[in-house]
Amino acid sequence: MTAHPDAAAAQRAVAAVWRIESAKIVATLTRLVGDFGLAEDLAQEALVDALAQWPAEGVPRNTAAWLTAVAKRKAIDGWRRRERLADRIAVIAHDLEREQDEAVASLPWDPDAIDDDVLRLIFISCHPVLSKEAQVALTLRVVGGLSSEEIARAFLVPTATVQQRIVRAKKTLSAAGVPFELPPREEHAQRLGAVLGVLYLIFNEGHAASSGSDWMRPELGVEAIRLTRVLAALMPRERDVHGLLALMELTAARFPARVDANGDPVLLADQDRSRWDRGRIARGRAALATADALGRGRGAYGLQAAIAECHAVAASVEETDWDRIVLLYEALGRIAPSPVVELNRAAAVAMATGPASALRIVDALVESGSLRGYHLLPATRAELLRRLGREEEARSEFATAAALAGNERERALLQEKAAGR
Amino acid sequence: MKYMLIMRATDEAVEAYKDMPFEQVIEAMGKYNESMIKAGVLVAGEGLTDAAEGFVVDFSAEKPLITDGPYGETKELFNGFWIIEVATREEAAEWASRAPLGPGSFLEVRRVTGVEDFPADNEWIQKEAGWREEEEARRARQ
Repeated sequence: MTAHPDAAAAQRAVAAVWRIESAKIVATLTRLVGDFGLAEDLAQEALVDALAQWPAEGVPRNTAAWLTAVAKRKAIDGWRRRERLADRIAVIAHDLEREQDEAVASLPWDPDAIDDDVLRLIFISCHPVLSKEAQVALTLRVVGGLSSEEIARAFLVPTATVQQRIVRAKKTLSAAGVPFELPPREEHAQRLGAVLGVLYLIFNEGHAASSGSDWMRPELGVEAIRLTRVLAALMPRERDVHGLLALMELTAARFPARVDANGDPVLLADQDRSRWDRGRIARGRAALATADALGRGRGAYGLQAAIAECHAVAASVEETDWDRIVLLYEALGRIAPSPVVELNRAAAVAMATGPASALRIVDALVESGSLRGYHLLPATRAELLRRLGREEEARSEFATAAALAGNERERALLQEKAAGR
Repeated sequence: MKYMLIMRATDEAVEAYKDMPFEQVIEAMGKYNESMIKAGVLVAGEGLTDAAEGFVVDFSAEKPLITDGPYGETKELFNGFWIIEVATREEAAEWASRAPLGPGSFLEVRRVTGVEDFPADNEWIQKEAGWREEEEARRARQ
């Protein structure tokens, strides 16, 4: 390949390769150098080299092998400089050197070993010794191949904050002596749960932020879906991975209809269903079917996906199978009880059997006091009261809800309703 | 962003593939597909059967006319496609250039339309605002 006249274009090409290959590179390096933080640094340094060299010298044929070889050489150089301080390290460096020659001569890697390495990488990035913010940043950076700038833009925080989180996360993992291995069998379910939780958190950042003002955040939802697909390909027998993938696809199917031209959110009832992404709906349903086919029942993600599926297949709010949604919420309430699930169930009950029975559920919630301060509790109660013709009480509840709402647009809407409009 | 990678083969490519063992072709395609599945970017993909089995619907006349061909002057036929979901145009280009295709083969890469391609002020999306079910469900998990 000849030198590219457009350096920016070449840079974007390098970035594209990095996004595709970074997880494999860091995973392989981690296995070789035995230190996740060091591996990540080395990979980043190799990327800097690529950015400097590829635009002028052309993109090498096997980009991932090139980046890995450069990173390994850097590891060896670094150790050589300290060789006299630690003989043991010199031995490792020697092994590395030999391994590198072999790697260049033969196929770059054993694909099965890489799969396992990437899986280990995902589990390390979501390790419980890290804070949620650190898990999210590390997963996007190390598994997703996003730059600190991209992550910062997605989460509306300064780049320096993201960099600090990543540096601190690597130190924490190192200090805790976290090994580069899959969690032991007995911890498996719990640790996978944490991984799925992080992926879902990333997805929701993109989902909640589709305010139309920032283009990057819906992209974050798409990135979360991609990472979940990666996990599904690596762990095809895990029901909850497919369940989560189904939930994300079915939820994301509605993204195009969720905001209006002004960036204001559009209620489910008012969404133009022809704008829903049919491809996502089809893939979401297929993922749910895969989860079901594993024959271990539906987990919390699968049940939520099934609820989303009910909406996805309905032509309108009226034609939605609300009875089924009520049943699904009941099932969800049994395996993952939460007052918010209960509140959602009340909303579904209102659609299925009317406001009176729904109000009983909401009143029980009010009495339990568990959702105190949560504006959607009085807001839901107000809607039900209004439907029952108890206008005065409804207004007062809307006013309470407005006072509790944190989001300005939402507060304005509730205030209007309190005013009886 | 979704991109469609449309495979086109000229007579030259068809000739070249005749000498290649079918299993080898399948293996190469299988590996390529697997790499995209493992990267979480593959959304759909299908191969198309021989053009002789296909037909053309011509809209030149008042009533659509169904014929066996011709398919156009270049003899370049679509014979398969992939749809991938990636972050950038360059990423689509990188994946496309990894396809196991040889001389005479072309990949036409086209972006699949998204919501951004349609007018946002359309009456269908000019409706009242509000949060509800989705937001509640979202908060439930926080």
